[in-house]
Amino acid sequence: MTLLYTEVEEELRTAVRDLLADKAPVAAEGENAAAWHGLARDIGVAGLLVPEDLGGAGASAREAAVVLEELGRAGTPAPFLTSSVLATRVLLDAGYADISRLASGEATAALCVSLAASPYRDVPVGVLEEGDGGLVAPGGPTVAADGAEAGVAGKGRGLGAGGAGGAAGSLAGVVSGRFTGVAGAVGADLLVVPLDGGRVAVVESERVPVEPVVSLDVTRPLATVTFDRAPAVVLDGGSVDEALLLAAGLLASEQVGVAEWCLTTTVAYLKERRQFARPVGSFQALKHRLADLWLEVAGARAAARNAADQLASGDDARVAVAVAAAHCGEVAVRAAEEALQLHGGIGMTWEHPIHLYLKRAKADAIAFGTPGDHRSALAPLVGLPGPE
Amino acid sequence: MVDATTVRQRAEAFLAGHDPSELSPLDWLRARFDAGLAWVHFPEGLGGLGAPRDLQGVVDQLFRGTPDNNPGRIGIGLGMAAPTILAYGTEEQKRRFLRPLWTGEEVWCQLFSEPGAGSDLAGLATRAVRDGDDWVVDGQKVWTSSAHLARWGILVARHDPDLPKHRGLTYFVCDMEAPGVEVRPLRQITGEAEFNEVFLTGVRLGDDLRLGEVGDGWRVAQTTLMNERVAIGASGSPRRTMMSVFTEAWQARPELRTHDLHRRALDLWVQGEVMRLTGQRLREQLLAGHPGPEGSGMKLLFARHHQEVSALEVEFLREDGLTYDDWTFRRPDGVDFLGRGAGYRYLRAKGNSIEGGTSEILRNIVAERVLGLPAEPRTDVAAPWKDLPR
Repeated sequence: MTLLYTEVEEELRTAVRDLLADKAPVAAEGENAAAWHGLARDIGVAGLLVPEDLGGAGASAREAAVVLEELGRAGTPAPFLTSSVLATRVLLDAGYADISRLASGEATAALCVSLAASPYRDVPVGVLEEGDGGLVAPGGPTVAADGAEAGVAGKGRGLGAGGAGGAAGSLAGVVSGRFTGVAGAVGADLLVVPLDGGRVAVVESERVPVEPVVSLDVTRPLATVTFDRAPAVVLDGGSVDEALLLAAGLLASEQVGVAEWCLTTTVAYLKERRQFARPVGSFQALKHRLADLWLEVAGARAAARNAADQLASGDDARVAVAVAAAHCGEVAVRAAEEALQLHGGIGMTWEHPIHLYLKRAKADAIAFGTPGDHRSALAPLVGLPGPE
Repeated sequence: MVDATTVRQRAEAFLAGHDPSELSPLDWLRARFDAGLAWVHFPEGLGGLGAPRDLQGVVDQLFRGTPDNNPGRIGIGLGMAAPTILAYGTEEQKRRFLRPLWTGEEVWCQLFSEPGAGSDLAGLATRAVRDGDDWVVDGQKVWTSSAHLARWGILVARHDPDLPKHRGLTYFVCDMEAPGVEVRPLRQITGEAEFNEVFLTGVRLGDDLRLGEVGDGWRVAQTTLMNERVAIGASGSPRRTMMSVFTEAWQARPELRTHDLHRRALDLWVQGEVMRLTGQRLREQLLAGHPGPEGSGMKLLFARHHQEVSALEVEFLREDGLTYDDWTFRRPDGVDFLGRGAGYRYLRAKGNSIEGGTSEILRNIVAERVLGLPAEPRTDVAAPWKDLPR
């Protein structure tokens, strides 16, 4: 194991950074289709976590973490974390047959959980009416249920195990439910709904109402997704908890990227900005704040690398993830807040991109468990049980 | 380059030929030094094999349970004097000093800080005046750990007050047994005197005790100070840490736990783990050949963590936190930040953000050398030292 970056990881970073510099030179709200297509298809980041024999790159959490650092630094809206990490992980676990669509970047998916969902709590689940052909009323052109096949799927095996041929068009039931705070749902092709019993339902998004909500983080807008007896394919397996833990651990790397942008941008500004006939960065009161921030970012990088490495190794990563999530979440927020304050008035303007990073950082500190949730989760793992 | 296999073979061959039960500990340590297994990254003939630094772990693992050189007692020699002597000493100085330094036969101390020169070390006033083949040293040093045990001291003194402050300094090895060296204990808030004041009155040092060129004292001292901060801040990942001491207390006294303390303890546990990982990453960078001033940062983290954890422990202990093990005025043989009771740990940790560069100075170093922020405007750098207001 190493907490440094390998050569391959540095090459991936360079490719992602160059592409983002070209297609998304400044952080912005709203989707950036050109940037995502370049990332997903040309560099192949959409398939990083998908094994090669399923059409992916067969890489690990370590490489995905590097992509997230760069996305955090660039402030680019992209469905990498929500689709290529979170939803892809669930669908891989569940043996979803058509994963190559996601791996190639041709389609994206969203897991219907709130961005505020924690790996340490149960998430709301959809209501499934299992399909025999007769129950599946809303239907559509793809509803051509073969009773036998649907029955198999309805018992929760299925589509992945049953082979790709029948899987794509098979129908297992209809799913209902309303899911709030879902990130990456706007524009997603597939919606993945958690169900009871360790199963998930996969729904083509075409006829599902996805209502955007006005979000604090304008670079990662949320939506409310409502399923009203939507036709779904049901898959056995697909641990949402494990996927949320992976997302929390990798979000730490995005937070490192956010924090690093805030730090380097602020350092550069304080070298230029002059007041009292000298660069304001020469005042000790400000230098000390930046030195402390640098230390926190250095710690965040070490913790995030450790989490990515533990997630990649397949060993128990719970401590590493909780440490990284607890520390990096707070560091990113502090970095953005310090950046805003130390920029003075310009930091308060809509024109300067700092606010995009602040909003991202603040939202990220709630995403997949707050720092406090992660610290609490450590108590039984590190020999610090609570009061009796 | 010497690899891990070679180091392992050498260490195993040494163990096969040197039974610790048949030699005195000192003879055993001397033989270990002569076999190049003291500090493997040092050159051959000086206790090392010219091997990469990380291979020391191979030796240390194999030698567990053998006589050790009491590193707590000779920390200044190992951590500060040795790397400086290696970098700037003459061949003769290296041969004379390094072996007894490492075996613990000769304890070293550091004669840098003065009553009038703490953070502003380059402003120091101790004079070294050339007299034939000797230098005559007069002045006062302070915060000198182990001075009462020391055979030698690393000393920075001013040889020319007409030069600007940084350029008028020269670095010496001070003979602590020379006439005119007087060591007085300096009692600390812990009750004990780990430190001393050292008065230097007409102390004659031969020119062969000069380390580096005349006027090079500031540069030589930087080597010492960077090593000091790395030694304090980035020592390995010991099994026993301030946090593990706290955790033991926490587990032993469930009746004292509260939700507020629990939240703060978890916060500090995360802080400690992040510090451990930061240090691990720093060491990996050093081994990969990218050393940097980041060691100063580690010392900052270390100081804050020690202070916060030890403070929480005293509070956690409630009534026991109101007691102290012993205020007797003693001169300890070494220092153990984790030793004695919670009260001692709390008080001793206060020194961690002062000794070896205050946290404020270290923040300046990080800001200027890592982040490249401009220095504060200064008026004391170019003028002759003797003209500076004091």
